[in-house]
Amino acid sequence: MNPAIQSLLLIQGVLVGLLTLAGLLVWIERRLLALWQDRLGPNRCGPFGILIFVADGIKMITKEDWIPPGADKPVFILAPAIIVITALLSFTIIPLAPGIAILDLNIGILFFLALSSMGIYSTVLGGWASNNKYSLLGGLRMSAQMFSYEVFMGLSLMGVVILSGSLNLREIVEAQSGMWFVLPQFAGFLIFMVAGLAETHRLPFDMPEAESELIAGFHTEYSSMKFGMFFVGEYVGLTVISAIIVTLFFGGWQGPFLPPFVWFALKTLFFILFFILLRAALPRPRFDQLLAWGWKFILPLALLNLVVTGAIVLARAG
Amino acid sequence: MISNIRTLWLVFKHAFRKRVTIQYPEEKAYLAPRYRGRIVLTRDPDGGERCVACYLCAVACPVDCIALDSAEDETGRRYPGMFRINFSRCIYCGFCEEACPTYAIQLVPDVEMAEYNRQNMVYEKEHLLIDGEGKYHGYNYYKVAGLAIGGKGKGEAENEDPPIDPRGLT
Repeated sequence: MNPAIQSLLLIQGVLVGLLTLAGLLVWIERRLLALWQDRLGPNRCGPFGILIFVADGIKMITKEDWIPPGADKPVFILAPAIIVITALLSFTIIPLAPGIAILDLNIGILFFLALSSMGIYSTVLGGWASNNKYSLLGGLRMSAQMFSYEVFMGLSLMGVVILSGSLNLREIVEAQSGMWFVLPQFAGFLIFMVAGLAETHRLPFDMPEAESELIAGFHTEYSSMKFGMFFVGEYVGLTVISAIIVTLFFGGWQGPFLPPFVWFALKTLFFILFFILLRAALPRPRFDQLLAWGWKFILPLALLNLVVTGAIVLARAG
Repeated sequence: MISNIRTLWLVFKHAFRKRVTIQYPEEKAYLAPRYRGRIVLTRDPDGGERCVACYLCAVACPVDCIALDSAEDETGRRYPGMFRINFSRCIYCGFCEEACPTYAIQLVPDVEMAEYNRQNMVYEKEHLLIDGEGKYHGYNYYKVAGLAIGGKGKGEAENEDPPIDPRGLT
């Protein structure tokens, strides 16, 4: 087949798959949260309530799309698009199976880090453009959270880069054929997971939304599908973080017996479910605690991890 | 950190607990016999209306949702000619039941009264009156009241002695 058509088909498949998954995650999350709270969750619409996301989608689209007076209109409209675009774009570099990736980029990790930082603009701009003090506070919190957690998000990945000697995600997966990087890089894995949570502003790090403090934070003023876009972006972001963790620390598509893509999907799903469990179990920390913890504890830990990893690799090479 | 991991494990274990959800239209929550729900007017064991139209329920009602007027049949027995409860006002406090001297008005464990049209929440006597005795069995006001009424003379009620002429005692 023509490689151009092939890659177009792949892009189409990934796009449809990701957006469907984002929709399904609404249902999965609600059912799982209910499961862990001794409830049943949505179980009426379709088998096991799975069609709830279709109903939700129809509801979202048919709601009034309201822009508050005094809002910065172009920015207000642009903000929800940014998070979806960056989240979808950062999925392009993830190798789904041997030889199957939309982009085989030799600076894959940098590309991912750059896009995840770009995604923050969505919440910051959304909070700014809403002309609402709660939204602004949410946006401010997001930017502060980004500054503190972005730093060691990159640093935590450098251990993997040192071990594999590459920024290319495909080569990193191939370097894990002997041993998953989660073993030598356990600290890096934990740090990246925390940073990833903070980056996707999922609970327990949902300070920018914080219903009990800021109404709904940066998306207080959003309605209709713009609100829906923030959620699509959040769920795609969750999938991306899970996929990146699997790719960098858990051997990506590698695994016995089952086809590579099935392994990749299973591992990714496991982390998505784990993030939902985190949301069900952990309370939201206070904002200053979050920042203090980031700067005073995790950042030194990430640096230490980097130094030790580098020293060991150097000692072995020398 | 340890406590966070313990929390995760404890929450995860909840997946295997019994569900607390009651799937409403199919399953129903248990309502105690004395639950304060829909208001009914009951009858005595002989099938006569218990209500004597004394207006005490209407007086006791804090939201004034009860309206009635009294009537009297040829034997002198009082009964409500009209009895109307506006359930869109009713707060199900049960004061009417407490005020009722004849056990006529009672709150029963039924809560499924939703209507699309507010006017349908106004219940007339024919909707309120039930055929049974409700929560209090075997009570018949006119059988124990010392009132002479059609077919029952003075002193013929249950637990009542015939009238005495006090002057005959001397």
